[in-house]
Amino acid sequence: MRIVVCLKQIIDPELPASQFRIDAESKRQQPNGHPLVVSPYDENALELALKLKEQTGGHVAVLSVGQSSAVSALRKGLAMGADEAALISDPALEGSDAFGIATALAQGIQKLGHADLVLCGCESGDWADRTVGPIVAETLKIPCVTFVARVERQDRGVRVQRVVEEGYEVWEVTPPVLLTILSDETNIPRYPKVKDIMAASRRPIPPWSVSDLGLDASSVGKAVKRIEIQELTVPTRESRCELLEGDAQEQVATLITRLRERKVI
Amino acid sequence: MAGIVVLSKVENGVPSRSTLELLGGAQRLAAGLQAPVGAALLGQGDATSLYGYGVEIVFRVDHPLLKEYQADLHLIALERIARAAEPQVFLMPGDSLGRDLAARLAFRLKAGVVTEVIDMDVEASGKIPRFTRQAYGGKASAVMVPKAFPVVVTLKPRTFDPAAPAGDKQGREVSVEAPLDPEQARTRLVERVLEETTGVKLEDARVVVSGGRGLGGPEGFDPLVELARILKGAVGASRAATDAGWVPSSMQVGQTGKTVSPDLYVAVGISGATQHVAGITGAKTIVAINTDPESSIFKAAHLGIVGDYKAILPPLIARCRELMGG
Ligand SMILES: Cc1cc2nc3c(=O)[nH]c(=O)nc-3n(C[C@H](O)[C@H](O)[C@H](O)COP(=O)(O)OP(=O)(O)OC[C@H]3O[C@@H](n4cnc5c(N)ncnc54)[C@H](O)[C@@H]3O)c2cc1C
Ligand SMILES: Nc1ncnc2c1ncn2[C@@H]1O[C@H](COP(=O)(O)O)[C@@H](O)[C@H]1O
Repeated sequence: MRIVVCLKQIIDPELPASQFRIDAESKRQQPNGHPLVVSPYDENALELALKLKEQTGGHVAVLSVGQSSAVSALRKGLAMGADEAALISDPALEGSDAFGIATALAQGIQKLGHADLVLCGCESGDWADRTVGPIVAETLKIPCVTFVARVERQDRGVRVQRVVEEGYEVWEVTPPVLLTILSDETNIPRYPKVKDIMAASRRPIPPWSVSDLGLDASSVGKAVKRIEIQELTVPTRESRCELLEGDAQEQVATLITRLRERKVI
Repeated sequence: MAGIVVLSKVENGVPSRSTLELLGGAQRLAAGLQAPVGAALLGQGDATSLYGYGVEIVFRVDHPLLKEYQADLHLIALERIARAAEPQVFLMPGDSLGRDLAARLAFRLKAGVVTEVIDMDVEASGKIPRFTRQAYGGKASAVMVPKAFPVVVTLKPRTFDPAAPAGDKQGREVSVEAPLDPEQARTRLVERVLEETTGVKLEDARVVVSGGRGLGGPEGFDPLVELARILKGAVGASRAATDAGWVPSSMQVGQTGKTVSPDLYVAVGISGATQHVAGITGAKTIVAINTDPESSIFKAAHLGIVGDYKAILPPLIARCRELMGG
């Protein structure tokens, strides 16, 4: 089975709110030297891909659209166990919306060769649009299942668990298919070994430009953006917490009083 | 019709809760844009109740293959409706259906897409709708505007107030043809598994007791289940707890998980990451129980107890049991 995992590099999403700043010009988060990481659900997707490969054999490629820094996200993917990595990087992609990114990813997936499974995170750790994966599927004209926690290989296809409000659904599908992956106890990302990190750091990952993909620069980027960010602001939050004093019994007694005053119990 | 079309679901003759939330949003947008509201309806079901919420036209695809949800077939039907109705804004719920279909529908319509919208208004010109959503895990708020129409928009569940009835209006129904055939379905449903711990639906519960990594293991949820049972509430969890497999993913509260808006939310052993808090901003009273006084959850909470849940929960359960009986 040949699997492509789409990895997005983002600023660490677990950074405390107190260190979060906006760049008014680009309407994005200021990088300010904060650590860059692989978007969390993309790591779950890669872990799932690596487990499938361990069970049934195959080939796992990681693919990213981003600036040259995204090489480190791809190297992390290689260190975790991916066989191949490709970076799509081109100034023409700057200011792209989900459609521009998905166009580039879909072309990159085709350039990598045939894929049985294309895996994306269920949502990116910064904008969480949940749109890039489904648009890649449409571009490639393949089916799509979203918010998948588990994948099982079958004779003719795969069986996937899709998490929904009331529990989960089990779907069967014959590849090629795109799945967007949710975190689960079965896909907790592995820590790469030091020797694999070293080996990955020496792997060259020459970037592909938009024209390397056979795309016209005018089909991606700002000019074809369908949605614009008009404002980006940091909401002010006031802390209004009353910390309850005393030992456990006293804290609980005060809590009950407060909840009754507030008429919530 | 060039207005707003709301993907609707009618259950036992009345609009579903999520449809009412969409209609509530649509009414506001329609007033600003001075545009009509239509409804998209798949399958059978009595549409008359929709007219009472300001819907003027119902666009319906009725086909036996739409009885059970299947993404490819639903998408073909929705595309047909969108082409017949030609709305400026196609509103969908930001639930598991919206996650599957919104972006794909936008692709087919060459439309823009904005997801997880928490507020909407119309620019002063009266022509351009503006959509507010959270970004960066709830650390920022973004206003998005479409550069062209149509635009497909999903609303974050449990964020918009359900629509109030808008008088006794009449509407009409348009039947839309969609050539569906089983071959178009590229995925096949094997089974649907329900996971519920207390019987009360998490999204509907008036009381939610949630646990996080601080509970230390699956057994840490036992007292939470007990407290929720006494308070006739539901149990939720942080992503750390669902990722660890202590409880099912469907119990996750937060950005990726569910939005809840109970009267009382009790966060036990949860640090209060912005992605978790994003799911509880509608809670009226938030109580935090955490050993770390510096924890961010105390910034989101109204009432805080710095302490070990193992020491706090037994007396809390005992006192609640006295008060509530059971
Ligand atoms: C894209 C994205 C989406 C996300 N979506 C979600 C989401 O939907 N929901 C969600 O919850 N998270 C989400 N997260 C993850 C989020 O950022 C946090 O990592 C997560 O919420 C942490 O879970 P936690 O608070 O249980 O664990 P921790 O942050 O580890 O906190 C555990 C807390 O327990 C306390 N504690 C320890 N022992 C005890 C004790 N004995 N008694 C009382 N307290 C104790 C500690 O002081 C600590 O504050 C998302 C992250 C990303 C990047
Ligand atoms: N620039 C990118 N490079 C690679 N993959 C991406 C990129 N942007 C989005 N994706 C993939 O699409 C998923 C969903 O992103 P989003 O639609 O932004 O929530 C991510 O988790 C990634 O798997």
